[in-house]
Amino acid sequence: MSVLLRTEKLCRSFGSLVVTRDVDLEVSRGERHALIGPNGAGKTSLVNQLGGQLRPSSGRIFFKNRDIAGLEPEAICRLGISRTFQKNNLFRGLSVRENVRLAVQVHRGRPYEAFRSTLADRALWDRADELLERIGLVSGLDRRVSELSYGEQRQLEIAIALASEPELLLLDEPTSGMSPAETDQMIELVRGLPSSLALLMIEHDMKVVFSLADRVTVLHYGEVLASGPPAQIQSSERVREVYLGGAH
Amino acid sequence: MQIAVTQLVNGLVLGVLLFLMSAGLSLIFGLMNVVNVAHGSFFMLGAFFALALGELSGSFWLGLALGWIPAVIMGFGMERLFIRYLYHRPHLDQVLLTFGFTFVFSDVVRMIWGPEIRNIPVPEVLSGAVEIFGIILPKYRLFLIAFGGLIAVLLWLFLDRSRVGAMVRAGVDDAPTAAGLGINVHLLFGSIFALGVGLAALGGAAAGPVLGVYMGIDGEILIPAFIVVVIGGMGSLRGAFVSSMLVGIIDTLGKAYFPDLALFAIYLLMVLVLLTRPHGLFGVGRT
Amino acid sequence: MSSSDLGGDRARRLAAALVVAALAAVPLAGDYFTSLVAEVLVFAIFAMSLDLIVGYTGLLSFGHAAFFGVSAYTVTMLGVHAGLSGWWGMLAGIVMSAASAWVIGFFCVRVSGIPFLMLTMAFSQLLYSVAVKWRSMTGGTDGLPGFVRPSFFGWSLDDRSVLYWFIAAGFVFTWWCLRRLIRSPLGSTMVGVRENEQRMRAIGYPVQRIKLISFVIAGAFAGLGGALYAFFNAFVSTDILHWVLSGDAVLMVILGGAGTITGPVIGAGIFLMLKHVISSHTDYWMIWVGVVFIACVMFLRQGVWGLVLERGPRWLRSDR
Repeated sequence: MSVLLRTEKLCRSFGSLVVTRDVDLEVSRGERHALIGPNGAGKTSLVNQLGGQLRPSSGRIFFKNRDIAGLEPEAICRLGISRTFQKNNLFRGLSVRENVRLAVQVHRGRPYEAFRSTLADRALWDRADELLERIGLVSGLDRRVSELSYGEQRQLEIAIALASEPELLLLDEPTSGMSPAETDQMIELVRGLPSSLALLMIEHDMKVVFSLADRVTVLHYGEVLASGPPAQIQSSERVREVYLGGAH
Repeated sequence: MQIAVTQLVNGLVLGVLLFLMSAGLSLIFGLMNVVNVAHGSFFMLGAFFALALGELSGSFWLGLALGWIPAVIMGFGMERLFIRYLYHRPHLDQVLLTFGFTFVFSDVVRMIWGPEIRNIPVPEVLSGAVEIFGIILPKYRLFLIAFGGLIAVLLWLFLDRSRVGAMVRAGVDDAPTAAGLGINVHLLFGSIFALGVGLAALGGAAAGPVLGVYMGIDGEILIPAFIVVVIGGMGSLRGAFVSSMLVGIIDTLGKAYFPDLALFAIYLLMVLVLLTRPHGLFGVGRT
Repeated sequence: MSSSDLGGDRARRLAAALVVAALAAVPLAGDYFTSLVAEVLVFAIFAMSLDLIVGYTGLLSFGHAAFFGVSAYTVTMLGVHAGLSGWWGMLAGIVMSAASAWVIGFFCVRVSGIPFLMLTMAFSQLLYSVAVKWRSMTGGTDGLPGFVRPSFFGWSLDDRSVLYWFIAAGFVFTWWCLRRLIRSPLGSTMVGVRENEQRMRAIGYPVQRIKLISFVIAGAFAGLGGALYAFFNAFVSTDILHWVLSGDAVLMVILGGAGTITGPVIGAGIFLMLKHVISSHTDYWMIWVGVVFIACVMFLRQGVWGLVLERGPRWLRSDR
């Protein structure tokens, strides 16, 4: 399996607070990779650096052999990395359909077109409906996002991220705040994603991690504590004492 | 030599006045996340109240010492009766609200005092000039510099060292927790706003003899204050001080030696700072 | 995206026809009324252009007068100093406005929120100061008189009705263009930037570029307004560049309803009516405008037209 994403001694600090310390992480094509660790371990900061929301203090991030460290989010998205956010980051005042259509428009449509109506380009609307169906939203697509249930909003988060047809999808706690039933639904959704799509997901729910992940990386105080197949991580003494045994 | 030092003094005077304006602006934004577009109005109100008090009592000092009080009360009222209801709304709504108030204050001033330019006479003891190392400098301007410096030090001591200052910083950092600790957050927010506009009013009163007192000064002092705050960084007192002095000196020296370019000097500085350090020289980025 | 909205379509077309007919008929009501409406329409164009930035892209600018004024000055200066016809002047004015918007916007879109507001205000004041200083060309604070209105195929714009119809045509053109723009993909990206700038970047949009485009288009239409103002007034002075005018425009947008196409038009009408009516009774009209505006921000944030769209007939909703 070829390596899609590789970080090299990635570091980020805020003054004297080090949130990412010499992180070497690898994600291969099509791999399901879980990123776990106690609160404050630096998981979201790491994902923010991968997504361009945060600039690394030092180190490199290679995506398809190109160093993307420090690039702006829009550039990173165009290269093939897409992400969701831990707290729903949607276009709340717009309809469900428009949320996805906007995301499709920048990749398949003509975003600078100023004369024809958006209604004219049916292909974008159809593609939006297709993506929504894929993640399980089929009805009430003209509703405003603010009218959706929390679980539906989480699903929409993913639909928007998929619109750019990424090769790597960063999922920031996709099941956060969900009930067990919703969590199971989300697991199915993620399972159903194309096998060519690599995933790096931050998760706290061990059930999700062990049902979905090919590899697990454990972060602790910004450092990589361990990295390997789920079984290996589960049986690791070190990991147990730091994380799995304690907080969850 | 005389000219150079005179210009330097004038620059420092402008710097001090800008500091009094921008310190309050920066404080209110840094601590409360509110942009007070009516800040210039309080500068103007402070000047007019000092004028009125001075004329009534016959004492410049009384005007300076007490002129800011009505402004502080008005500021407190403005925050408690209007601004507090907009905290949960986007920033921009507070901007719009305070902007609306500029219209009201402007006409109120015109109604009471009319549109003519008034003057606060310099008190006897500070009139005239003094000679230092062979250079003649106006007493009032030297007083202003000292006065501004004193206020800056007091402000710093208050915010950084005192218990009340600590409460201010706590209340702003995490209001519910502060309230849980028994800090009256309502009183706190009203007081912060009142303090901020009080500084502007004090500035207006002190500036009276130098800049004059007239309707319209609110707009004229606002843009330079905004520029100072943008350069220094919103929410940073140190930034406000440094950039006030910087802007004051550059603007004054610019007008004296390069009158045609002076206009651009300040704007150029602002653009340069914003392109290299978008949060200002000392700013803490707030999202 | 409703399947068929024929009833709504018909209602909209009828309303549009009625409005155009009413606009055309205004000169029948006399000179004073015609001038009043002309003034409202000129500022309506100004306010609509600002709404593109404020209401649709979500950027609060206090420097929009710059583009209105640059065009007004260009038209007047070319006419008075170079004898150039108002038509060429108008073209030059719009180009100058768009160009200034490009330059100023280039710096301003690098920041957002409060610094953006301050930067736009400061740049506008910079232009104001230049105009005040450059007396030889601009007439300074005394202003520049002597502009000769052009003719349109033999019909002189000195004729109040002809001038009015021309302004009304400019207004309808602006309204129509902005409507098309808002419904287009480009318009949807601006709305996206307003709704959630961070997410727009994360899904691949070059947000700074979109803001700049919006800024320039708004500047160009403000330029059209400014040129029409020059025709209307035949006199321009530095007030036209002052940030107070920028503030007035913001007032109009918010009073009428930001993020709607017709809102700013209503807002311009309300503002100018208030100003004219109150100042005929008392000198102190600003305090009333201030009070109305404060009340609007506190209690009717969506603006008058915003309220109408919320409570009124469905077929109007497409004005958003």
